[in-house]
Amino acid sequence: MQSMSFASQQRLSISLRYALLILISLIFIFPIVFMVMSSLKPDLQLLRDSASLRAFMPVGDISLNNYADAFARVPIVQFFFNSVFTTAVSVAAALWLNSMAAFSLAFLQWRGKALVLSLIIATFIVPFEVIAIPLLMVVNNLPWLGPEGFEIGWLNTYHVQIIPFIADSLGIFLFYQYFRDLPDELVEAARIDGASIWQIYARIIMPIAGPILATVAILKFLAMWNAYIWPLMTIRSEELRPIMVGLQYFFQLNTAWGEIMAYLTVVTIPVLLFYLALQRAFIESIATSGIKG
Amino acid sequence: MTTAAEARRNSPLWVRWLLPKDAPLFQRNDAVVGWLMAAPALIILTVFLVVPFLMAFTMSFTNQRLASPNPAEWVGLRNFERLLNVQIFSLEPERDAAGHIVYDDGEIAYPRLRSFTRNNPDYPHLDGMRELTSWQAGENRTILLAADVVFFRALINTLIFAAVIAPLQGGLALLLALLLNQALPYISIFRSVYFAPVVVSMVVVSLLWRFIYDGQNGLLNTLLGIVTFGSFQPVDWLGNPYTALPAMIAMSAWQAVGFHMVIWLSGLQTIPTSLYEAAGLDGCGAWKKFRYVTWPGLRNTAVLVLIVITIQAMGLFVQVDVMTRGGPLDATQSVVYQAVQRGYAKQDIAEGSAISVILFVIVFVIAMAQRYITRERN
Repeated sequence: MQSMSFASQQRLSISLRYALLILISLIFIFPIVFMVMSSLKPDLQLLRDSASLRAFMPVGDISLNNYADAFARVPIVQFFFNSVFTTAVSVAAALWLNSMAAFSLAFLQWRGKALVLSLIIATFIVPFEVIAIPLLMVVNNLPWLGPEGFEIGWLNTYHVQIIPFIADSLGIFLFYQYFRDLPDELVEAARIDGASIWQIYARIIMPIAGPILATVAILKFLAMWNAYIWPLMTIRSEELRPIMVGLQYFFQLNTAWGEIMAYLTVVTIPVLLFYLALQRAFIESIATSGIKG
Repeated sequence: MTTAAEARRNSPLWVRWLLPKDAPLFQRNDAVVGWLMAAPALIILTVFLVVPFLMAFTMSFTNQRLASPNPAEWVGLRNFERLLNVQIFSLEPERDAAGHIVYDDGEIAYPRLRSFTRNNPDYPHLDGMRELTSWQAGENRTILLAADVVFFRALINTLIFAAVIAPLQGGLALLLALLLNQALPYISIFRSVYFAPVVVSMVVVSLLWRFIYDGQNGLLNTLLGIVTFGSFQPVDWLGNPYTALPAMIAMSAWQAVGFHMVIWLSGLQTIPTSLYEAAGLDGCGAWKKFRYVTWPGLRNTAVLVLIVITIQAMGLFVQVDVMTRGGPLDATQSVVYQAVQRGYAKQDIAEGSAISVILFVIVFVIAMAQRYITRERN
């Protein structure tokens, strides 16, 4: 038997490794490819194709009709706007309030600080699912001053989708950790120069908090964009419905599969593109959030 | 120059209260500004996290409803009794006048369970209970009865879901991490691909997999058919009580495995390469390197990964709501799905809260177990 040379053995081993890596990639990609391809096909062809590998190919009668039909059936644009609006406001407010609280915890001296910090860490283990039902009771009894005057109950509004989520203990903690590791001289020097606390926060600390701002923003973005259980319980009217709950209602209309695939594609592709553009930041943020638990 | 003590005396009472005793003078202003800066976030956390958390406990002892004209009343442990009450009951065979066991078609005949659980004055503790499962014990039939069969199924399913998915997903994530933790060109592309499902909403994933799992046109049946050259009999994966929960587990692991792969990867990168080199010089092969270098270095990561998956698994909801609504035959009921069914759909906040408290107790025990395990190793 003739043995292979070391170099060709190594080449074989490397090709095998790549083959394995690509094979596993297929497992993670196939549903997404299937989704996009199916969204382009009429229903009958979609069902026929799913009996063969044609399910993953843009073949046959390809068109954007499913998209047109889906958009005509339900106000997807409105759902999209609702999600973009609640997500954008929550992300902006979360960055501001959480960083401000963390700044105070990291740099300022006040009574009760240690207690507050340990309470914040203690709340890590409370999953949202535990408080969802009593929270429903809380928001049902809260007052709100709107354009129509004073009213009780937050159900079926934009603010019920935003305000309970703009502060979160993980966000505060992530900012706190980051600030705590900054050199003290940064703050001390600014103080000696006569900067006020607000100036130190806004002009010195926030400008160098880029990486952690990205992390908290991405985590909040994913949580809000994918919000399901809470809007399901609190939002009744179509014009306030976010995109994921809208998707489930759309599905329940016994819609054609092609249209559902079109809707799924519409809600997924922006997030995937966003992810592809910022892969490193996404992966690092989620790895950081893994410390929670 | 004024001292800290003088400054404290000259300050208004509320500033004095906010200021720590040993605070240096120039930080006097800190206490006020500090509170002002932290207050918005802390108020929101209190109103929307701490208060509801405490309310879950208090309301679980009442008969609170979401909107009711009558004020809530204390009912003690009634909600928990209704949810968790289980009894073991032994059914004795029917006997004829002579005391012989009656057989019906060769099977031992038993009295109807209903005659004991429906208004039987001799068995008040069994009233309204239903059969969860039963088994044969000698000539008697032993029956496990539950007051709330659906909740019990939900509890068992959720525990099974968590117990299976934690090692499955954690293990697969470790394999992927080991595969990616090698110096090959373009390896980070594969990391990004494996991670991609994590950023896709679980609602989207669940709907997509409904189609994949479909009994008639499902992609999974097609693929299995191709792989087995057509000898595979199509299965309605989500319509069959035996395959519905496993199908849900497989899909959930597919979606989230990239998340834990990343956590393993960061654990792997903390292991110094010098250890591998030393092991290589000692003649260790790949398996021995893993067994004696990699695995001991990953112990805390392992605990973290398992606990995080378990706690996430206890919150199982979206998959159930989108894919099966708890069916078929309650095979995919989950604790959180039941909490929402009762607390929201039936507006029975008290019972929903009681379920939330049970969920919290389970999560709390798991989290404490993690602390205990990691502390012991340190």
